[in-house]
Amino acid sequence: MTGSRTVYGSRGRPVLAGLRYRGRQGMWTWLLHRTTGLGILLFLLLHIFDIFLLGFGPDVFNHLLFIYSAWWARVLEVFLLFGVLFHALNGLRLIIQDFWPGLWRYERQMILAEAAVFVPVFLWGAYVFLLPLFD
Amino acid sequence: MSNQAIEAFGRRRGRPPNSNFELYSWFFMRISGVILLGLAVFHLFWMHAVIGVDQIDFDVVAQRWTNPLWRLYDLFLLAFALTHGMNGLRIIVDDYVHKAGWLTAVKAVLFVIFAAFLGMGAYIIVTFTPVASTPAAAL
Repeated sequence: MTGSRTVYGSRGRPVLAGLRYRGRQGMWTWLLHRTTGLGILLFLLLHIFDIFLLGFGPDVFNHLLFIYSAWWARVLEVFLLFGVLFHALNGLRLIIQDFWPGLWRYERQMILAEAAVFVPVFLWGAYVFLLPLFD
Repeated sequence: MSNQAIEAFGRRRGRPPNSNFELYSWFFMRISGVILLGLAVFHLFWMHAVIGVDQIDFDVVAQRWTNPLWRLYDLFLLAFALTHGMNGLRIIVDDYVHKAGWLTAVKAVLFVIFAAFLGMGAYIIVTFTPVASTPAAAL
């Protein structure tokens, strides 16, 4: 880290070191698993609410759909796709590693395999989601 | 971790030290996770790539729900996704809220939100009947 200045926190510890738990891929996927989980839950609550409005008839329900037809909703849907896809694949990796604990030693390789599935599927999905914007 | 530490952790959560609740919670997250991998990903794919979000309106949902199997699918998706998500949030709360009183209060709020949204979602999926203005979608 030559040339970069270290920023110290109030306890005399480098701030970046304080933010790190154990570092490496395992920590970042753990953090991403939590944040994507929270994001999906937030969307799920909104989604349950908008479907609940079906009970008030077509006028109320169709009127509310403007939320989902906006262009920025399309972009948010790509975020949702990112969250669901990552959470699903990362969760599957954790389940596999829990069933065959020997695989925890190869966590780095497992995460690479996960990324190899995630990246193409996400890119294809994002393309499908955003395509109507350019019609 | 010593048994003492495990027991102390169990007490902090207000459960008897020999409770298997966290084991069942761990197991449920795995089982529901695998189920949601199918239900939620397929739901997302179908609604966006096959139907298209801009096509969805009252009539589309009403038409869809003329088939009771789709209602059953949505009911399962609702129950598993909401329980999985709220249980995940409970685990996060356990990590960040340390005072016993606050922990009880926050979890009580979480439980009320969980029950209310499960009730709202299940209610509309089960009782929904299209109104007269959409005769094409009548059950």
